[in-house]
Amino acid sequence: MTNTLSFGRAFRLTLLSLGALIFLAPYIFMISTAGKGQSEIFTSSLSLIPTQFFYLENFAKAFGRVSMGQLLWNGVIVCGLIFVIQVIIAIPCAYAMAKLKFGAARLLMALVMLGLLVPIHATSLPLYVAFDSAALLNSYTALVAPFSISVFAIFLFLQFFRAMPDDLIHAARLDGMSELGIVMRVIVPNAWPAITAFAIFSVVAHWNDLYWPLIVVSNQAYATPPLGLLFFRAAEAGDDYGALMAATLIITLPLVAAFLLAQKRFVEGITMTGLKG
Amino acid sequence: MSALSITNVTKSFGENHILKGISLEAEAGEFIALVGPSGCGKSTLLRIVAGLEGADSGEIVAGGRDLTRLVAAERNVAMVFQSYALYPHLTAGQNIAVPLAMRNLTSMQRLPVIGSLLPGQKAIRTDIMRQVTDMARSLKIDHLLDRKPGQMSGGQRQRVALARAMVRQPGLFLMDEPLSNLDANLRVHARGEIVDLHRRAGVPTLYVTHDQAEALSMADRVAVMMSGNLLQLAAPEVIYDDPAHIEVAKFVGQPRINTIASRVDADGAVTLGTWRLQPHDRLTPGSDITVAIRSEFLSIADLGAPGLPAHIERLEFLGSEVIVYTKLDAIGESMVVKLAPSDARGLVAGKPVTIVPQGERLMVFGADGLRLPADLTFTTQLERAHG
Repeated sequence: MTNTLSFGRAFRLTLLSLGALIFLAPYIFMISTAGKGQSEIFTSSLSLIPTQFFYLENFAKAFGRVSMGQLLWNGVIVCGLIFVIQVIIAIPCAYAMAKLKFGAARLLMALVMLGLLVPIHATSLPLYVAFDSAALLNSYTALVAPFSISVFAIFLFLQFFRAMPDDLIHAARLDGMSELGIVMRVIVPNAWPAITAFAIFSVVAHWNDLYWPLIVVSNQAYATPPLGLLFFRAAEAGDDYGALMAATLIITLPLVAAFLLAQKRFVEGITMTGLKG
Repeated sequence: MSALSITNVTKSFGENHILKGISLEAEAGEFIALVGPSGCGKSTLLRIVAGLEGADSGEIVAGGRDLTRLVAAERNVAMVFQSYALYPHLTAGQNIAVPLAMRNLTSMQRLPVIGSLLPGQKAIRTDIMRQVTDMARSLKIDHLLDRKPGQMSGGQRQRVALARAMVRQPGLFLMDEPLSNLDANLRVHARGEIVDLHRRAGVPTLYVTHDQAEALSMADRVAVMMSGNLLQLAAPEVIYDDPAHIEVAKFVGQPRINTIASRVDADGAVTLGTWRLQPHDRLTPGSDITVAIRSEFLSIADLGAPGLPAHIERLEFLGSEVIVYTKLDAIGESMVVKLAPSDARGLVAGKPVTIVPQGERLMVFGADGLRLPADLTFTTQLERAHG
C-alpha cells in the first residue's frame, strides 16, 4: 500500500478521474454558472470560476420568483408517498412470490416480468383520460397513484427474499408468527439493504421525473421540482441562466446529499450481500 | 396411549415418492433418531410433523391432539434447524424471547409503542425476561444474551437455537441435524448435552441425522429410513445386532458389514466357497440369499485351520483396533476383519490366512432384503464340502 504509485495504478487512477470529470462536468459547470452575473454568462470566453460572485443575487432570485419551498415540499410529499406506498405493496407481494407456494405463482411471475417491459409512456394516455374524468388532475393523487405499484420493486425484493434462508421463515412459523407477522418482524428488519437500494432508485426517478407531472399538473401549487423549473424558466426567468442554475442547484442538492448519506447502504443493497448470518 | 403417533404418512412431489407410508409411535419422553442416507425422506417427515409441509395422506397425533390439519404455530412443537435459523437482526436474548412473546402477549401488546402503554404488558415482559435468563443460564449462554448471531461462534449459535426451542416447553421436540455444522470435537460434546437436556425436559424428541454414530449413541430408539420407507424402528443394540433388513445392516456399523451373495442348494444348505453351512431350519432350495457378518465376529487363523481361505490385501491400524482387508480365495469376495492390535501381530499384506466366522453371528437375508427368521442361523460347526 505504501509503495510508490506503480504505472498500472497511476493509469487506472487517471482513467477513473477522467471518467469522473466527464460525468461531473455538467454539474460543475452548473455550480459555476449559478455564481455568474448575466453579462459574464454571455461572454464568449469560458471560465470555471466566476470573475465576480453573484451567488447571493442568483439564489435570492431563485427563491424570490417562484415558491422554491413549495416546490421542494411537493417533491418530498410526492416522492415520499410514492416510495412508502410502493414498499408497502411490493414487500408482501415479493414475499408471497418468493416464499409461499400457490397455484398462480408462475403466472404472477410472468406478469411481473411483463410489467417491467411496459414504460409509463405507453399507459400515460389512458391514465390521463381516467384522471381527467375522475376530476383528479392537478392533485397529489394524480402524481402518486400511477406509481403506487412498482413491478421493479417487486422484482428487486423478490430476488433479495429468495436469498433469505427458508429455515428462518420456518422457525418464525413454529414460533407462532402469522404470515404478516413474518413480513413485519423477520423480512423487513433484514431487508434494509434492499429497501435502501430501492429507495434511491425510486426517489431519484420520481424527484427528477418531468414527463408525468407535465401531463397531469398545470397548477403551480402541485408542481414537482423539475416542473417548477420549467415554470420558472418559461414565465419568470426568461434567459436569466444564473438564476435558473441556482434554482437547479437547489433542487438537485437534496438528492446529492441523500445519496452521499446512504452511499454505503446503497452499494450494499445493490450487491445483495447484506444478509450474513 | 403413545405421546406421538404418526400413521401411514405419504408424500410425493410429482412422480417422486418421498415418503411411502411411514408409521411410527413414540412413548412419552422418548428420544427417537431418524437416520438414513440423504434423500431417504427423514427431513421431509420431520417437516411434515412440524407442519411446515403438508402430507399427502396419513395422520399425526401428539399428546392426544390430532395435528394433521393444524398449522405449524398451533402444533406446539419446537424445532432446531441445521442452520439454526436465528433471527439475524435480534440479539440472542431477543431470539430466545420470540416464541414466548408470540404466545404470552396479545397482538396489541406486541406493538412497539402502543403495546408498552397497555396494562399487564409489563408484568408479562418481566416474566419472559426471567424465563429467558433462566434458560440461558442452564445452557451457560447467559453472557451472550446481548450479542447478535453474527457475533457468535457456531457452537454458541447452536445453544441459542436450543434455548429458543426449549424455552416455551413444547409438547414435541424436533431436531434437524443440529450438530452437522459443528466441528468434530464440539459435536461429540454437544451430543451429551442434548441428551442431558432431553432427559431434563422429558419431551418426546424426533432427531434427524445422517450420522449413524450420532443416532446409535443418543437415541432410545433408532428409526432407519431408506428411500421413503421405514425399515426398522428399534433400540440401538437391536438395530446393530439384529437388523431386520439388509440395508439396515449395511447402513449401521463401521466398517460396513460383510456380505456374500449366495443361493440355497437343493438340500437346503448353503455353500460358501469350499465350505457348506447347515441352517437349523430348511431354507427354500434355489432361492437367492445374502449371508452377512460384522467384521468383529470374524477372526484370522493360520492357513489350514477350519474356515474360509483368504489373502490379506491391506491393513489399517486405528490405535485400539486393526482393520484387515482380505479377499476370499474361492469366490473372490472381499471380507473386512476387525481385530484387536494384539491379534493382528505378524499379519502382512499378501499373506494367505484362514478367516473363521463365529457361526451364531451369521445373518441371512432373503432376496427382498428382509431378514430370514432368527432360528435360521447357522450351526457353529462348519463342515467340509464334498470333495
